[in-house]
Amino acid sequence: MSESLDNSNNTPVIKCESVYKIFGNNASKLLEDSNGQVDAKTFQEAGCIVGVNNASFGVNKGEMMVVMGLSGSGKSTLLRCISKLTDATAGKIFIDGEDLLAMNNKQLIELRRNKMGMVFQSFALLPHKTVIENIAFPLQIKGTNTRESMAKALEMVELVGLKGRENYFPRELSGGQQQRVGIARSLAVEPDIWFLDEPFSALDPLIRKEMQDEFLRLQGVLNKTIMFVTHDFDEALRLADRIAIMKDGIIEQLDTPDNIVLNPATEYVKKFTEDVPREKVLKIESIMDAYDPNNSSSTKVSKDAIIETLAESILNSKEILTVVNKNNEVVGSLNPSKVIKVIFGK
Amino acid sequence: MLANFKNSRPQQFTLLFFVFLLLYFVVPENENSLLWRLPPLLKDIPLLINTLLDNLMFKWLTIPVYDPDWQMYEDKPVFRIITRSIADFLLFLIIFIREIFLGGLQTIGSITGGAFKEFKWLYLPAVPWTAVVVGLFILGYRLQGLGLAFIASIGFFYVSIFGQWEPTMETLSLVLVTAPICFVLGLSFGILGYLSKKVEKILQPILNIAQTMPHFSYLVPILVLFGIGDHAGAVATIIFATPPMIRLTILGLKKISPEVVESGLMSGCNRFQLLFRVLIPTARRDILIGVNQVIMQCLAMTTIAAFIGAKGLGFNLKVALNGLKIGKAAEIGICVVIIAVVLDKLSLAWANKQKDYFANLNFYKKNLASIYFILLTAILGVVAYFSAFYFENGFNYLYLIPFGEGLTIAPILDAGVDWIWETFFYYLNIFNKFLITNVLFVMRDAYLGMPVISTFVLVMGAGYIIGGIRSCIIVGALILFIALSEYWNRALITAYMATFAVGVSAILGIVTGSICARNEISAKFILGVCDFFQTFPSFIYLIPVILLFGITDTSVMIAAIAYASVPATRYTVEGLRSVPSSLHDAASMSGVSNFQRWKSIELPLAFPHIMLGINQTLIFALMMIVLGALIGTEDLGQIIMGCLSRPNGAGIGLTLGIFVSFICLAADNLIRTWADERKKLLGIE
Repeated sequence: MSESLDNSNNTPVIKCESVYKIFGNNASKLLEDSNGQVDAKTFQEAGCIVGVNNASFGVNKGEMMVVMGLSGSGKSTLLRCISKLTDATAGKIFIDGEDLLAMNNKQLIELRRNKMGMVFQSFALLPHKTVIENIAFPLQIKGTNTRESMAKALEMVELVGLKGRENYFPRELSGGQQQRVGIARSLAVEPDIWFLDEPFSALDPLIRKEMQDEFLRLQGVLNKTIMFVTHDFDEALRLADRIAIMKDGIIEQLDTPDNIVLNPATEYVKKFTEDVPREKVLKIESIMDAYDPNNSSSTKVSKDAIIETLAESILNSKEILTVVNKNNEVVGSLNPSKVIKVIFGK
Repeated sequence: MLANFKNSRPQQFTLLFFVFLLLYFVVPENENSLLWRLPPLLKDIPLLINTLLDNLMFKWLTIPVYDPDWQMYEDKPVFRIITRSIADFLLFLIIFIREIFLGGLQTIGSITGGAFKEFKWLYLPAVPWTAVVVGLFILGYRLQGLGLAFIASIGFFYVSIFGQWEPTMETLSLVLVTAPICFVLGLSFGILGYLSKKVEKILQPILNIAQTMPHFSYLVPILVLFGIGDHAGAVATIIFATPPMIRLTILGLKKISPEVVESGLMSGCNRFQLLFRVLIPTARRDILIGVNQVIMQCLAMTTIAAFIGAKGLGFNLKVALNGLKIGKAAEIGICVVIIAVVLDKLSLAWANKQKDYFANLNFYKKNLASIYFILLTAILGVVAYFSAFYFENGFNYLYLIPFGEGLTIAPILDAGVDWIWETFFYYLNIFNKFLITNVLFVMRDAYLGMPVISTFVLVMGAGYIIGGIRSCIIVGALILFIALSEYWNRALITAYMATFAVGVSAILGIVTGSICARNEISAKFILGVCDFFQTFPSFIYLIPVILLFGITDTSVMIAAIAYASVPATRYTVEGLRSVPSSLHDAASMSGVSNFQRWKSIELPLAFPHIMLGINQTLIFALMMIVLGALIGTEDLGQIIMGCLSRPNGAGIGLTLGIFVSFICLAADNLIRTWADERKKLLGIE
């Protein structure tokens, strides 16, 4: 992952600088007076609710950033600030280097029609349209002619595995199928940026797992720039390149899943990580040592593999293994005792 | 003790009641005492309204208009030109549709500039009634199935063979013109109200008043503004039937989940696209139910519009009632009910019909129903043409059965009424006399003997206990407006009748509702009965009671009770049925008896919803009591009715209508505040 970051040019696709969102009547004035030092309690006494508090970060091309937090933490608000479904109270947001908050309505509509797609928790399908009509909707809004938009929509139907159900109405589909339609709709205009607001939270655990797999498969093919909001820490670990953990509007920690599990920045983050089975999250990379040519066997493991997937064979081999990267270059070595420590130790 | 008093509603109300009684007996009856009656400071309001209307119609902003008949310019006020143009436009539409059903093509002829009836050769024969009946059968079948097909076609078959075809088509033409106008107006204002909080804030009180004002009170102002005739009836109908459409549109749009709106925005919709391609289609069901409401309200109002010259069933009904021809009135009443039921069922079936996207039909199959209809109409037209030679008395029964030439059961009904009168007169009379002398008059005298100060203490005190200082002031202000007029005593009579009717209706409704809510089948049955009775125009209720009790206060009371029991029953059943089943299980496991279950679990939980039902009951009862003036009462309604035939009646009619509306709104404020508080307390919403 870090290579892809280095290779791309350095302007992130989404960039937030000190974004605030405060709900309430005289929010912007209160914010000005506070000089950026926002305290949720004092604001609440003044009749305002703090949604997002001083969020600064960037999302790079092709990166999947997951925003994780419990309900009321401001994660969905942050997403809506970036998609401009609500207006941020203060701060700057750049999409591909363009100032989002300075855009007029027309530019915003153009941006949404061409660059953005969004998936919603409650699916938000139009009840009066069939599957194919729902998926073609953003294209028709854009002014694409019927034949073209239908052809594209059919392509999307196949992509999300709903072939044969084009003419169903949303109410005739299961929750998982409805969300597939939601996903297909959000992808119909081939956006660069993909917003997902708790897309799998309304689904049963088994379906959720299936949808996550499906989602990873799609992202493998499409390689979009993604902001994914969830309240499920396991889901975040499973999907994310980087995770932002939010509490009361503040981003408590923004880091890769490995680092968050290994080095939680605050007590709050620690509570989430405590019960996480590390072998299911950490990659070989995070426990390997520097390469020692004298003391390594010829057995190779990939640095990006999750420990759990290889644990059995590593422990069986009882020798120090060689760690390689994608291009089969040696990057380090791995002592099986470390794997034992991860699984059983503290 | 005092701390307890602060939280105890019963104690507070007891205290209030004692203060009320104390004042009631202490304050002496003295016309000069402010405690007894307030001076009529606002008695000039009707006059003001009249002057305003007069100025608008005859003086304000005159412009010269060329009159082709006199070949000269004449000064005409702009406002009058506007209202008269609207009237002409409506009249054109109504007559145009009438001509389709009843024959003629003068409306088209008049477009070319000629006067009406100038073009004798321009005549389109009417659609034969047989074709309309067949058309309804096909429509009913297409929309729902054989059941609806039979209901619709047999209903209109009845109307035709009983010789009510012409008035029915006249009424129907009014509905067909007004309903689409109401729909467009209601949808537009509803959308505006949804888009702008400000517009909604302005609309809300107007809707409240429009829906609680008795129909009769704005008939006279409309008469002044638009003249007499079908077009005036149409205007009255539009004013009456648009508010529910506005409300349902706002409600439906507000119910849309915010995520659907967001999904529309993220698809890149502009405002126009969001409105017409996302919001309105998503709210489709509520909006279509609004359409059903509009049609029913239009039908209800077109019968009342007979009082300002609208033709149709309402007019004939009025004539029959005036002449005390009960049998005839009943016959027409049945026609109104039939049309109401058919229109209701058809429009509901249309609202609930889903488009079939799977069917891949060719042109012929798609338009099968229309093709059948056109073919059958052609055949029946030919049959009608030749049947003209067969019937020898000049009437072509297969084309159009003229008014009064059909079958009639009026003599039988009249004989039945006579028999009932002869057989039961003695008992009915005893009941009637007892009710009037021992209950109604006693109650009326008690209300009239109430000093104004004690009325205010009671009403404002209740407002303060229920909703704090805010409710207290609102309710007080509404009542003060009436107290400062000349009509306080009349308002008290209206209030006594309303109290009696609401009391009895509430008991009847709650008892019936509670019994029927016991199991699902009876609950469904009683809700169906409520639906059925709610489709009739209020007017119809008067026919059977006059039949039984003649022209007395008792008749009005019984009609009001019958009419107003419907919402009380409906809301009780709905409230009781909505108690969650987990609570029933919990209660059963605690070992409650049926009565205990009803008293300590179902009733408290259903109470807020039942209160809303009582609110509706009050509005229904007041509407009927005012309507009861038709058969003679001496409350506000009598004067409102009297205004119809009085010059300058507009001001008084409108003012008194507003009074009735204020009585409703005051009660509405108290009941709603209370129900909302209970709901919050119980965590229902």
